[in-house]
Amino acid sequence: MYTPELLELIKRVEATRERRLDEEYPLLSADAKQELLEGFHPDYKDEVFRELRVGPSKGDRTPIEYANVFEAYSGLDPDKFDLSQVDHDVDVLVVGGGGAGAAAALVAAEQGANVLMVTKLRLGDSNTIMAQGGIQGADKPNDSPAIHYLDILGGGHYKNDPALARALVMDAPEVLVWLEKLGVMFDKESDGTMITIHGGGTSRKRMHAARDFTGGEIMKTLKDEMLNRDIPLVEFAAVYELLTDGDRVTGAVLYNMETEEYLIVRAKTTILATGGGGRLHVLGFPTSNHYGATADGLVLGYRVGAPLKYLNTIQYHPTGAAYPEQILGLLVTEKVRSIGGQITNIEGDRFVYELETRDVEAAAVIRECAGREKGVVTPSGQPAVWLDTVVIEKKLGEGAVKARVPAMYRQYERFGIDMAKHPILIYPTQHYQNGGLEIDEQSRTPVPGLYAAGEVAGGIHGTNRLMGNSLLDVVVFGRRAGAAAAAEAAGIKTAGGLGLDHLKNYHVALKAAGIEPTNASPMLLPEYRRPATVERKIGLLA
Amino acid sequence: MAEKMVTIYVMGKPYEVPGDLTIMKAMEYAGYRFVRGCGCRGAFCGACGTVYRTKGDYRLKVGLACQEVVQDEMYLVEIPFFPGNKATYDIEDLKPTADAILSLYPEVFRCLACNTCTKACPQDIEVMEYIQAALRGDVAKAADLSFDCILCGLCAARCPAEIVQYQVALLCRRLYSRHVAPEAPHLKDRLKEIVDGTFNAEMDKLTETKQAELAELYNNRDMEPRG
Repeated sequence: MYTPELLELIKRVEATRERRLDEEYPLLSADAKQELLEGFHPDYKDEVFRELRVGPSKGDRTPIEYANVFEAYSGLDPDKFDLSQVDHDVDVLVVGGGGAGAAAALVAAEQGANVLMVTKLRLGDSNTIMAQGGIQGADKPNDSPAIHYLDILGGGHYKNDPALARALVMDAPEVLVWLEKLGVMFDKESDGTMITIHGGGTSRKRMHAARDFTGGEIMKTLKDEMLNRDIPLVEFAAVYELLTDGDRVTGAVLYNMETEEYLIVRAKTTILATGGGGRLHVLGFPTSNHYGATADGLVLGYRVGAPLKYLNTIQYHPTGAAYPEQILGLLVTEKVRSIGGQITNIEGDRFVYELETRDVEAAAVIRECAGREKGVVTPSGQPAVWLDTVVIEKKLGEGAVKARVPAMYRQYERFGIDMAKHPILIYPTQHYQNGGLEIDEQSRTPVPGLYAAGEVAGGIHGTNRLMGNSLLDVVVFGRRAGAAAAAEAAGIKTAGGLGLDHLKNYHVALKAAGIEPTNASPMLLPEYRRPATVERKIGLLA
Repeated sequence: MAEKMVTIYVMGKPYEVPGDLTIMKAMEYAGYRFVRGCGCRGAFCGACGTVYRTKGDYRLKVGLACQEVVQDEMYLVEIPFFPGNKATYDIEDLKPTADAILSLYPEVFRCLACNTCTKACPQDIEVMEYIQAALRGDVAKAADLSFDCILCGLCAARCPAEIVQYQVALLCRRLYSRHVAPEAPHLKDRLKEIVDGTFNAEMDKLTETKQAELAELYNNRDMEPRG
């Protein structure tokens, strides 16, 4: 429900709507974009970052919140930990139950590998299930993998690993066919033609969608297929540490999140598909990410020697919900802008083309609020700008908002806001880690036996990902990782010994760098309890 | 704006919490740390289905803990898991018919048309309507009506006929998409071109292209209009 004060401000947006209907807003020039990013995007602010003092990417800058989890000790004491009882002995261990993990597990199992998936929460609890807007793929006659590739490179500031970007665009049609055959309910015309639209930074309409539950529909289908094929799965089991034999990863220590016991997995190959780190709340930003997005896989991989790529770039999604307070930081899908939604300031004037790349769009919103002071301030003090959704109804007809973005419509309806009749308030939210563990086009990290797929991996998207390329990424590299890990495992007789020498060495390096054991990582879950409660917690049963 | 405190009863136990919080944030405020019952925190994953009642009202209501704002004198419990039956099948082998659905989930026959499932849906889905459509073999309608399902399981928890509605819905969407909706013709064509190597030379050239030239190409690329 809007307050009377906000309803009063909405009148100014309504007053300019007719004029804006057919207004063409220009794209920014390359120079203007650069100036905007340098002035207002958090990635360009020195105080956000710290140089890592230990590990394979020592000297690289990451956001301070990330550096804190890398520069932390394990909760396990590697000198005392008993690894003698092996509970699971498998070919391929898949860590993480999102889109990348499920795609990897399905493909590895199809190749005959003995697979085990472990996940900290439930199968499907992931950012994949929350992805709304779509999945890219150059499958229309006016499009090609090369055009897709160019959009990705330009959007990623030409920092992308060319081999990875190429794998992404060239696998896209096959991945879409795979999903279509599995029974994902894509939006289609009556003759089967995929309904495709634009996303920020696309030069062709290649965003395929399943209404605004695209990731949800994909995830539910992959999950169903995992269960149909009876692929071994342990839920509420976090990997707390990888196990090694020399420089090779040979398994993992599992932590049962409910009983608190540990279990030992021996695996010939291991795939990290653990997602990102939105719940680290870089700079205190709200996040659109799911509860388990605490960067665990990055920490696990880093400790065994996997280097990082572009972990100095975080994607702030330009349109997080800024009001009402209860949904602060939740995503308002980019699709709202793809189908015609317009961003305006307090005066009802547009100030940026709606489908600039996400980093540019987010920087423009921050500038409008902090630099030009033309934002709106919500009752809780949150800066915001308007996203005029009513204009979609004017252009596409009455009922278009509810039909095209039903999840969004319902989200606002729950709080008494009809986004077909009133604009909504938005502000950037921490959405995606553009970088991650370094991989090659087979999803291999430089550490033998260790693969990474999905948001935990880096290099594909350069320093800024485009909408719809993450759902694509998780399926493309999930499948590649599953195939390559299964093939490698097939050529290995036994996984090898299980040890924690890498952790001993890491602890020695932390100590040598003067880092005190005040924090433990991986984090596993964020802390949202009231500090007053946490301070008085005594944990007598534990 | 001063915080107005309210009393909520978490599984019967009272806690004073700020009245503008969602159930999930209110429980965290009270000191609960979720392992189960919390997933995406954005109404997409179905981890936090909640049943509640307010004082003086006999009726049970449902909501998602991540979306529903607390009320004073609210008695609540999360139902983060429901042990519903899941049939296993090979989607390739099935036909999009009532027979296929009923052979996997014969309990759909037992639907009493009482509409309790619809009342129990936090997504406001016409659950009974899609179960009736499934019973008739109308997978297109069942798929369409059930599209926003987040698998929270509250429908199945309340169903007197012990139907696992959300699994039937997922089956119908997969049947519809695999066996009723036509395959995308352009997708097949493109895949063939990829397999035939049509784009390899162009991609070889592009992946070798230096940044300055790529930027030139990017900044001057033609854009398909948004409309």
